[in-house]
Amino acid sequence: MSDATVILDATAIQRALTRIAHEIAERNERSAEVALVGIPVGGDHLAARLAKILAGIWNHAVPVGILDTTMHRDDLDQRIAPTVHPTEIPFDVTGKTIVLVDDVLFSGRTTRAAMDALNDFGRPKKIQLAVLIDRGHRDLPIKADFIGKNVPTSLDEKISLLLTEAGAAADQVLLRKK
Amino acid sequence: MAWTKKHLLDIESLTAEEIITVLDTARGFKAVGERAIKKVPALRGKTVVNLFVEPSTRTRISFELAAQRLSADIVNFSAEASSFKKGETLKDTALTLQALNADFIVIRHSASGAPHFLSRVLDAHVINAGDGAHAHPTQALLDCFTIRERKGKIAGLNVTILGDILYSRVARSDIWALTKLGANVTLCGPSTLVPKTFEQMGCRVTHDVDEAIRDADIINLLRIQHERQRKTMFPSIGEYTQLFGLNKARLAKTKPDALIMHPGPINRGVEIDSEIADSGRSVILEQVTNGLAVRMAVLFLVNGGKVPAEAVGN
Repeated sequence: MSDATVILDATAIQRALTRIAHEIAERNERSAEVALVGIPVGGDHLAARLAKILAGIWNHAVPVGILDTTMHRDDLDQRIAPTVHPTEIPFDVTGKTIVLVDDVLFSGRTTRAAMDALNDFGRPKKIQLAVLIDRGHRDLPIKADFIGKNVPTSLDEKISLLLTEAGAAADQVLLRKK
Repeated sequence: MAWTKKHLLDIESLTAEEIITVLDTARGFKAVGERAIKKVPALRGKTVVNLFVEPSTRTRISFELAAQRLSADIVNFSAEASSFKKGETLKDTALTLQALNADFIVIRHSASGAPHFLSRVLDAHVINAGDGAHAHPTQALLDCFTIRERKGKIAGLNVTILGDILYSRVARSDIWALTKLGANVTLCGPSTLVPKTFEQMGCRVTHDVDEAIRDADIINLLRIQHERQRKTMFPSIGEYTQLFGLNKARLAKTKPDALIMHPGPINRGVEIDSEIADSGRSVILEQVTNGLAVRMAVLFLVNGGKVPAEAVGN
């Protein structure tokens, strides 16, 4: 823990989310069609925060869901089985603009799995991607629509998001060597 | 928290944390069964062999559906229609299946220890679907899942298992799982089928059914397994029903929120009154639904399990 660098503190995280929310609002004029879907762990809480900010901008509630991507991963026989989180999508995704929300965009494999998983629930009109941190090193041709902060990293570094919703003392994004 | 076992052979060798991991994982898979598209690609390209040397319908079908919903290919292999009839040994049959690149062997066998034996001779993941009177781990896991879902917890609950304990692999696996998770387990039935030696497993043994079910939060009924009993263990079915069957008069003296469970197949009018089986107190059909989710979780978890050399066959 001692060698961890704070990349974003609580204020910076909230500022980044506010900016992302405004960008989402600017990009999507038909606000009634927009729904947020967070990817656990981390993205689910960020999606809930974004929905709250967007509700203030649009003056109506924004549907939020949680999408587990573990069953659609492409590395399941190369690793210890990942933790499966419950998926909760309490609305019909068909015809909607779904904004996927993740904490860190890295290889792009989670995003690919998320898009596959989302297809099992219907056919969204559009899928957009919002991430708090883009750390580079993509393995797949995937790009985020909304980015909180670009952080150039090396492969032996690890980024972790701590949120009060998940029991942390304060919101923080940390960068440390593995 | 993380699951590292390559096989699921029994409950005894699992920690409480590992049991909880299965239950948590199964929650995610239960939701998959409630969607319009009930299939995920987690085991795409993998082959599961259902090696059922002892007949079974519900467990076999449950594993079959579990594998299909994970996108695995599944082959059913039953003793009646196989080379066992021609004298092939279990080991040779299993090696033959492995030579066909089976990734998972789900085995049901009348001999206790058959799955452990296979796990030592095969590279494939071995899942015990019931071996003799020894273990039926997925049944215990689905029982725990059902209790936890309905009651919100397991620790501190009074669970009474009523019936043929001696010949029951379900009872043994349930006792291991429930005691590891902190439940108070009481066993009840005819003294010939519920010997005092079971107290060594950390549970209470009584032969007074009214006392056994009075404070129970869960009443788990077991079928009399005539096929396993080598000699008559009690005078008659009629007498068993009279002394130990769950009827309305007995149920009236239990806690109003006590749940009735049964691993199936049920014998209506023997261990359970027909109306009770169909009542709101009974979660027998939920157990079937949850069994599918638990078996998906088990296949998913062992697939990721790496093999620490010392843990092979364990």
